[in-house]
Amino acid sequence: MEQYLTSLFGDPLWVQILMGVPPLVFILVYTLIVLYLEMKVAAHMQDRVAYMRTGWHGTLQPFADMLKLLQKEDTIPAAADKLLFIIAPYVTFSGTYAAFAALPFGSSFVGSNINIGIFYIVAISSLVVVGLLMAGWASNNKWSLFGALRSAAQIVSYEIPSAFAILGVVMVAGTMSLQELSAAQTGGITHWMILGGTLPLTKKLIAIPLMIVLFLVYYVSSMAEVNRTPFDIPEAESELVQGYNTEYSGMKFAIFYLAEYANLFLVSAIATVLFFGGWASPFASLMTGPWWSAFWFVTKGMLFVFLNIWLRWTLPRLRVDQLMYMSWKVLTPFAFACVLGLGLLLVW
Amino acid sequence: MNPVVEYFGDIYRGIKTATIGMRITFKHLFTRAVTIQYPTVKMKLPERARNRLYVNMDDCIGCDQCAMACPVDCIDIETIKSTPEDNLGTTSTGQKKRLHVPLFDIDIAKCCYCGLCVYPCPTECIKMTDVYEFSEFDRHNLIYSFSTMTPAEIETATTKAKKMEEEVAAKKVTAAAATKAAAEAKAAAQATQPPQPTEQQQKPE
Repeated sequence: MEQYLTSLFGDPLWVQILMGVPPLVFILVYTLIVLYLEMKVAAHMQDRVAYMRTGWHGTLQPFADMLKLLQKEDTIPAAADKLLFIIAPYVTFSGTYAAFAALPFGSSFVGSNINIGIFYIVAISSLVVVGLLMAGWASNNKWSLFGALRSAAQIVSYEIPSAFAILGVVMVAGTMSLQELSAAQTGGITHWMILGGTLPLTKKLIAIPLMIVLFLVYYVSSMAEVNRTPFDIPEAESELVQGYNTEYSGMKFAIFYLAEYANLFLVSAIATVLFFGGWASPFASLMTGPWWSAFWFVTKGMLFVFLNIWLRWTLPRLRVDQLMYMSWKVLTPFAFACVLGLGLLLVW
Repeated sequence: MNPVVEYFGDIYRGIKTATIGMRITFKHLFTRAVTIQYPTVKMKLPERARNRLYVNMDDCIGCDQCAMACPVDCIDIETIKSTPEDNLGTTSTGQKKRLHVPLFDIDIAKCCYCGLCVYPCPTECIKMTDVYEFSEFDRHNLIYSFSTMTPAEIETATTKAKKMEEEVAAKKVTAAAATKAAAEAKAAAQATQPPQPTEQQQKPE
């Protein structure tokens, strides 16, 4: 796609700008869909029906919500640090959006095909923490700050097991480029990383359990990184209200939400690319091609988003000490052991 | 317990219980919703549901028993006596109506829906209906006036009742005067005879 656009416009600057548009459009559309999906799934899991009045089965509700947020008065607390307060949501969102640049949406579309893709994503998503801390600090509200600190503590501690899980896959695949990682997993479901990738059969049998553990480690820690319900410690209605975004309203609040949901897709997409073949079709050479690859990528990503929503409405939330226990005493050692095991397997 | 066994046991139990929970929520994802779409679909109320009060004024005899039974005093009744030549008709239970009811107000905002006013009513004219959607923006709109009398009717009824009362009072005065006169005559007649001892005086000390 990049070559095509370059031949069309000639000027690389225009190409760069245009390449940034599809992910943004995708984020906006996806957020609207997932807002609806989340409420519907939540409701049906509790034997309710959720929105029914706006449009057919409430399909227009996300639009109504969005319009409401756009119209809302944008208040800034008098004692807030104005500059930081204003830029915090945008810092958070740009951290997430920047990470979308390296996501391979299909065999012929990736915002930026850099060879250190996954490393770049891990690095740039840390910007989210900066944004959250900024928001909590600038609100000049002790509960917001507490929420932001909890959030930061959580994200930072869960980045370690998730980074190890990513490392394990990168070791087996021998590349950090997400596009190449996906390409390496084409040729059917057996080539997916969760089933040992393209390793020879004997090694595969040992690699599969390690990969499954790594996937679980990655998925759990990614769930913690997006601050969602079994791990929504930053939000505590009775003590911290909404956490870091308590003082926000209107458009800025909407941006935080957008960032949260975009982040949700981001981690799901990374789980897809790392373990479930990215845009690769599960049926070998069947259903391949640029459009089919985009379809597979989005479908798999959405499946993990659904899994996340499902878990959110199943599990109760953890206590702060349980959260830290899980990260440092369970996920990190397991990730370590698996990476070690895979390393030995590769040199053997 | 062995800490190693406990550690791995905890992880195993964590995964196992999470999958059990997920199975349950997934099953519920496809079960029928138990909620209903309220304003358009309504639940059937039980037969004896107590909601908004209604008074059938055609049957009300103005006996005030409901107002007296009310524990929160939310029923306000005023009555005017009817004159003998007025025919207020009979209730559906066959009772003759003897009182005009110019005011029958129920402050439903005060009502506690106990239903105690319903039982004493001799003509079964005050009853609980199944209407429960009657919220108002102004509290004063919740005072329901059931009286069917127009101000003009009330005016004539009051003047008539007054007139009748005056007549009765006048009759009473004359009657009293007559009895007094009779009593005086009797007393005069008794004065000639020695007074008889009354019962109390007869009692021993």
